Amino acid sequence: MQSLRLRAAIALLVVLLGLAFMLPSLPGVKDSSLGNILPGNGINLGLDLKGGIYLTLGVDMKTAMDNNLARLGDDLKASAREQDVYILRPTVLNESAITVTLIKAEQKDAFESVIKDYTPFAIEQATPLDGDKVKYVLSVPPKYRSEIEKLTMDQAIKTIRNRIDQFGVAEPDIRKQQDNRIQVQLPGLEDPERAIKIIGQTAHLEFKMVDDSADLKKAQQGILAPGREMSVLLHRQANGSYAESPIVLKRDAVLTGEYVSDAQVRLDQWNNAYVALTFNARGAKIFTDLTAENVNKRMAIVLDGKVYSAPVIRERISGGKASITGNFTREEARDLAVVLRAGSLPAPVTILEQRSVGPSLGQESIDSGVMSAMVGMALVLLCMVVYYGFGGVVADIVLLLNIMLIMGGLAAFGATLTLPGIAGIILTIGMAVDANVIIYERIREELRRGLSAKQSVAEGYGRATLTILDANVTTVIAAIILYQFGTGPIRGFAVTLTLGIITSMFTAIFVSRILFDLYLKNRADNAKLSV
Amino acid sequence: MGLQIIKPNTNLDFIGIRKVAFILSAILILAGLGSLLIKGGPKYGIDFAGGMIVQVKIDKATDVNAIKDAVDELKLPGLIVQSLGLEGDHEYLIRTSSSAISSEEVRAKINTALSDNLGTSFEIQRLEMVGPKVGADLRSQALEALFYAVLLIAVYISGRFEQRWTAAAVMAAGLAGGVYGIGLLGLDMGWLILVALVITVGLCWYLKLNYALGAVAALIHDVIITVGLFSIMNKEFDLTIIAALLTIVGYSLNDTIIVFDRIRENTIAKQGKMSFGSIINLSVNQTLSRTIMTSATTLLVVLCLFVMGGSVIHDFALALLIGITVGTYSSIFVASPVLYGFGPSEHPEAEAEA
Repeated sequence: MQSLRLRAAIALLVVLLGLAFMLPSLPGVKDSSLGNILPGNGINLGLDLKGGIYLTLGVDMKTAMDNNLARLGDDLKASAREQDVYILRPTVLNESAITVTLIKAEQKDAFESVIKDYTPFAIEQATPLDGDKVKYVLSVPPKYRSEIEKLTMDQAIKTIRNRIDQFGVAEPDIRKQQDNRIQVQLPGLEDPERAIKIIGQTAHLEFKMVDDSADLKKAQQGILAPGREMSVLLHRQANGSYAESPIVLKRDAVLTGEYVSDAQVRLDQWNNAYVALTFNARGAKIFTDLTAENVNKRMAIVLDGKVYSAPVIRERISGGKASITGNFTREEARDLAVVLRAGSLPAPVTILEQRSVGPSLGQESIDSGVMSAMVGMALVLLCMVVYYGFGGVVADIVLLLNIMLIMGGLAAFGATLTLPGIAGIILTIGMAVDANVIIYERIREELRRGLSAKQSVAEGYGRATLTILDANVTTVIAAIILYQFGTGPIRGFAVTLTLGIITSMFTAIFVSRILFDLYLKNRADNAKLSV
Repeated sequence: MGLQIIKPNTNLDFIGIRKVAFILSAILILAGLGSLLIKGGPKYGIDFAGGMIVQVKIDKATDVNAIKDAVDELKLPGLIVQSLGLEGDHEYLIRTSSSAISSEEVRAKINTALSDNLGTSFEIQRLEMVGPKVGADLRSQALEALFYAVLLIAVYISGRFEQRWTAAAVMAAGLAGGVYGIGLLGLDMGWLILVALVITVGLCWYLKLNYALGAVAALIHDVIITVGLFSIMNKEFDLTIIAALLTIVGYSLNDTIIVFDRIRENTIAKQGKMSFGSIINLSVNQTLSRTIMTSATTLLVVLCLFVMGGSVIHDFALALLIGITVGTYSSIFVASPVLYGFGPSEHPEAEAEA
């Protein structure tokens, strides 16, 4: 029994490690002086336990590609003009191609070298049209597309993260998922709808000139001058809702949200909230020139396609400041400032999945989960002692140890404890005794065969170990698959189950054996054993 | 020595009464399948069907119909109101099949409808929305999970128990290929699982992987009965129930393997001295104390979960309760008789005693 001391030392080390990681999870320990020297911060609680929001957002990649191609088309037009090559405004054909018309056929070579030098486009087709024009179909390579998709996803995630940071949520979790999806977890949030609104708003800010000369009646019938578009002007009603009236805008944005460096909520002299914008240096210059050129005209402030206000420019505005008024409530103005500061989403997002759990349900869940665990455990502990005597005491000790190790393990691996996770622990309690039961039944058999206590213990452990291993591997397989395919709470369950099986094998096979060996160490060979 | 439930040298004739057990299992399976057939398949929760649920806790006991009347004017498609959890919880679930309306709108509407009509305070505790696309994805993920679980476990048992990893690999390849082929036909989840299972059983039978056959048969038996009983009780299937089913798969196998391990050991020890049927009987009896003790302790804790665990894990616990009971029964009355029916493994002597 020389190795007994070594085995005991190993067990003690693991126990101490487990204890060190588990203790910070207990209320009171974390903030005490003991908590400061212990590693880690305790177990993370899942959303179902502390309340919060879980969202799956789908990024509208088609719109992102359309926007991107439209911008590339504008760039192409600008680059061509610099070389004195003139083309009509390009239009987006589909998700990977645009069409563009060259005005003079003799500039064909010059135009094609512009395409080659300044854009990622490849020429798919060039068709001569009447009147010396050439119509081109230009496409982007698939590699470019996937690059744009990746950039769009990254930017969307960054923007959402910025917004959430400004909204002030502790420990948000934002992840990219397959199929252009983003998973957002916000623990402990009081007002889920407001958060969802902030996250989901595209916040595409544009400044466009209003065309007051247009005939509204005709415009509503769809008759619009080239380069004009219809939009709606929002008016806030007394009851808080918005009414809409039609307005005609020039299509080209004169300035966009990209040039905004800061957005703040301010109150005007009547105590109405508005959003004060500060442009960056480049934006400020554009804005100054623009206001100088357009005195006495109306400029519309367009957010996500809707006009919030369309003030008349009285004079040249220098200093790079503008404001969005719209009879906002203070909260609305604050949220608008948040999204403007954080930047716009590169593409609209839709909410594909949403789960929000109120904090009170979370507390109830913890209480009932912990309560049922305690009662279940107490019953099992009692059963084991009644049924197996000394062996039952050993089984109980290692069972408690097992639970401590699971908690410590969860904390050490930074896993998240969810309600199904608690269920996993409770189930583990039930199944953890299985290993001891298998061993004890074997020991009983050997004792019946007339072997001594020491021999029976050695035989029992020896024979039972492989069986236990076999039986548990299948459960681990099921748990790994759960982890692989499950989301959120189910993963939590899989983690606790796997951890529980590993720790229960360690405690039931390794640690309990040490306790038996210690007990039998100084006893006579014919000593009785209560198992 | 402590207490004993099962006296040593007990020798109950489990193989002898296998026909009674088969009839019992058949009745349970047919009842469940019949219920599924009548109801047109499992009743999917919003995780799989898409839609929205709102869990409301009301201060005093309220009739479900009163809540239904209160929210009826909202004209939510497929509106269902049901009470949740235990009697004293006053928790109710409002469900709509639509995920097209925004959660903000639903929350606001329910808030207004309830405060206008109920005259007591309440709290929206939980709101979940799953879009149709995500629902379909989650459904196929659940299918994959169940499929891979059965596949890997069947492979593991064949390899580990009979030392026939090649046969196990053949089975894995056949199964993966078969399911891939069926998948191309675009069949729905239920059929795919069924086909996967039929292929598994067929391959186990063809390759004479009898231990795997017994274990997989028991596992299918348990899952079908649990699913069937859930259907009979009108319970919904969601992600947590899938978790419960996989746990049952793990537990059922755990139980079966411990019996099989003993059968294998006894087959080697008593070769030529005993009939295979007697060996199985002996092994089941030898492990009976353990089977009963472990099931009892596990059921004890799951019962605590069921009674006191709160509304959110109530159905999860129910599934475990059924599954563990059936799993214990099946390791004695299904897995071993199936193994008996197909005879001992072909190459038991080929394995290394570890």
